[in-house]
Amino acid sequence: MKAFMLGWEFPPLISGGLGTACHGLTKAMGGLGVQIAFVLPKAQVSGYTGPVRVLSAEGSVKTEQVGGFEHVSFHEIPSSLRPYVSSAAQEAYAPGRGPFRPGNRRYVRSWHSEDSEQVENYPHDMAQQVRRYASKAVEIATVEEFDIIHAHDWMTYPAGIAVAESTGKPLIVHVHSTECDRSGDNLNQNIYDIERHGMHFASRVVAVSNYTKNIIVNRYGVAPEKVTVVYNGVERDSGGDGSSAYALPDKMEKIVLFLGRITMQKGPEYFLMAAKKVLEKVDNVKFVMAGDGDMTNRMVEFAAYLGIGHKVLFTRFLQGVDVDKAYQMADLYVMPSVSEPFGIAPLEALKHKVPVLVSKTSGIAEVLSHALKVDFWDIDQMANKIVAVLKYPVLSRTLREYGHIEMHKFRWEDAAAEVKGIYEGVLTG
Amino acid sequence: MPSICLYFQVHQPYRLRNYTIFELGNDYFDEARNIEICQRVARKCYLPSNLLMLKLIRKYGGKFRIAYSVTGTLLEQIELYAPEVMASFQKLAATGCVEFLVETYYHSLSFLHSREEFVEQIRLHEETIHRLFGQRPRIFRNTELIYNNDLATAVEQIGDFNAILAEGADHILGYRSPNFLYRPPNSTKLKLLLKNYRLSDDIAFRFSNRDWSEWPVTAERFASWVNAVNGDGYVVNLFMDYETLGEHQWEDTGIFGFMEQLPSEILKHPDNDFKTPSEVVAAYDAVGEFDAPYTISWADIERDLSAWRGNPMQENALHRLYALEQKVKATNDPDILTDWRRLQTSDHFYYMCTKYFADGDVHKYFNHYDSPYEAYINFVTVLDNLNSRCCKALPQEQPASFSVISRDDASPSPV
Repeated sequence: MKAFMLGWEFPPLISGGLGTACHGLTKAMGGLGVQIAFVLPKAQVSGYTGPVRVLSAEGSVKTEQVGGFEHVSFHEIPSSLRPYVSSAAQEAYAPGRGPFRPGNRRYVRSWHSEDSEQVENYPHDMAQQVRRYASKAVEIATVEEFDIIHAHDWMTYPAGIAVAESTGKPLIVHVHSTECDRSGDNLNQNIYDIERHGMHFASRVVAVSNYTKNIIVNRYGVAPEKVTVVYNGVERDSGGDGSSAYALPDKMEKIVLFLGRITMQKGPEYFLMAAKKVLEKVDNVKFVMAGDGDMTNRMVEFAAYLGIGHKVLFTRFLQGVDVDKAYQMADLYVMPSVSEPFGIAPLEALKHKVPVLVSKTSGIAEVLSHALKVDFWDIDQMANKIVAVLKYPVLSRTLREYGHIEMHKFRWEDAAAEVKGIYEGVLTG
Repeated sequence: MPSICLYFQVHQPYRLRNYTIFELGNDYFDEARNIEICQRVARKCYLPSNLLMLKLIRKYGGKFRIAYSVTGTLLEQIELYAPEVMASFQKLAATGCVEFLVETYYHSLSFLHSREEFVEQIRLHEETIHRLFGQRPRIFRNTELIYNNDLATAVEQIGDFNAILAEGADHILGYRSPNFLYRPPNSTKLKLLLKNYRLSDDIAFRFSNRDWSEWPVTAERFASWVNAVNGDGYVVNLFMDYETLGEHQWEDTGIFGFMEQLPSEILKHPDNDFKTPSEVVAAYDAVGEFDAPYTISWADIERDLSAWRGNPMQENALHRLYALEQKVKATNDPDILTDWRRLQTSDHFYYMCTKYFADGDVHKYFNHYDSPYEAYINFVTVLDNLNSRCCKALPQEQPASFSVISRDDASPSPV
């Protein structure tokens, strides 16, 4: 069986869980003997030496086996996109100063903006990149042999549809997140339309959780029987295994960690409001916000406004060993997401034997037993539970130990087998 | 022979309300929820079941006999929230065909943690049973049929009792049958009545299970299983939660019809009869020794303590609770003492059980928390408040200055 897979990011060049998920799934599917041609936009930065070699194929078609991946080849399309905006970009384009809608400070995406060519590397030229990616993908498809097309998230749906139309092969779309998660009720209509069209055009839709499936059914009008839930896995080979690989200074204080993009979707302001409440009860604790996003600077200001600036540390974007270090330092990982389709980060935290507290509006909350769960808006409960973990070592220990064991049930091999089953179902009609 | 010894456990805890560290109030219990549940179970189980038992007792002119153990925490709640249930239990007591057993008033695990508290709670329950039902209990049953040799020794020392009820655990009985009476090692006075868990659980757990090969079981068929014991035992001990009738097995499963038919089917065989535990003890001798060096219970497939003490949170919560005993009693404050005792009810620790995967269904059904972690956090937060009340009442006691770095869990590793 051969799959033509369309993705947007791949480690180490990732801005979220999508790249991690594509990496884990592709590797495991290759292990099951599924032949995969993986099409990626060309990364902006090269020179990484990771497990995956970043290939360049400027305008041309090139395939190559990459270390650690069986049966998988990679195609790169030159493109410079990053789906999310950093704090620096946000600073430069404050409302009223650029082609951005005032009031929408969450995601700066101006889809058909006339200015889109003027500033490179920022998401408002994303429409062009998505179109370019689609046309290149069709070109690559003419020389590749495959049975099925598998597109990951909206940026690749136009490519998936174009390839399906030109080849007549069935399309599967894999929903790792939706516009409803990312932007709440302030939807970007163009992106929503692309998502909706992709989901309706596809033969089958894969959702990363029942939480996401419900959004697909209720907000996008897709028939529930067309949507299959396949939970993500967690990779074992990378990062720490709970043992301390790095020498850390003796901590005098407990550390509560937020790690993720600092955007509306991730609920950073709820984390800070809970921190303020925790500090009313407990003194020797610090709150670390690791990550970057369009709300970073506002959160720095907000922490100061709450009078807890000296207790909150901002690390900006972290990669590789720094991520591992952040987890290892932490006494609790908090994911206060407003809407989280799955949530691989809590599993990464458990891999590092860090107890986790997650919002109920997340995919992971529906499958992970050994985690604390709160409504993201319930600041009192969030603070109450954070204090409990800091105060009662036995609670922390139970969450950590049982959670670490439970984390192992999230296997990419299982996810890959389920996806393979979906392929077979589609191909045999 | 055989005799049928039917005993029902009747219990409701005081459930805690959602209590966070940001609160200072002393109102730990969820009154609205406790009233709601008490009245619902009264409607679905206690009232119709009591009515049925009364009817059967009258119909068979004293040949149908049963026993109850009603916990102190439930007696208090029905007195307040469902007085008609109390009246119907008193009517049953007046028939002379109903025996009331004694246990720890608060349905607690005090035997495992404080012998002094254990004895005080038994005394309290004895007095309450005597006051409400006019009986001096002679048969002891411990919370969740938790039992070992030490328990027998402790109960014998109290002196008032003739027998203890326990689980007919296979790993202790071996090839022997639960349908005889046994005695604890080193005991001269006490007898043991052992639960026939197969026949008991056929009613309590399997009755409505359509995957069970014997479903649907009729009273006639059940009586034939009892009759099969004839000649190979004195007594079939059917021990179960009273809530089996109408609450665990809903009315539409036919459980009430089954119970109504059961006496006539049992009594069709001339050798059969119904006996209360005290009558069983008076009628039959112990045939051998039941040696339980390790603790057993009637819970889950393990028949051990793992439902209440199976993880470090449960151990820690129990340890913290009983560590407060001296302080609580030193305050001489009846409100503090009552709150502390209500926190001892075993249900609070059952809610913290992490054995989801094998016994998940039963544990979830009785649990108003989303997870065992919520249960633990709520419980220890309340306990902290209780501790600070004690410290306030005892000027010489200052609360230890709180540091989150300190390792304050003195609990042993997971079992």
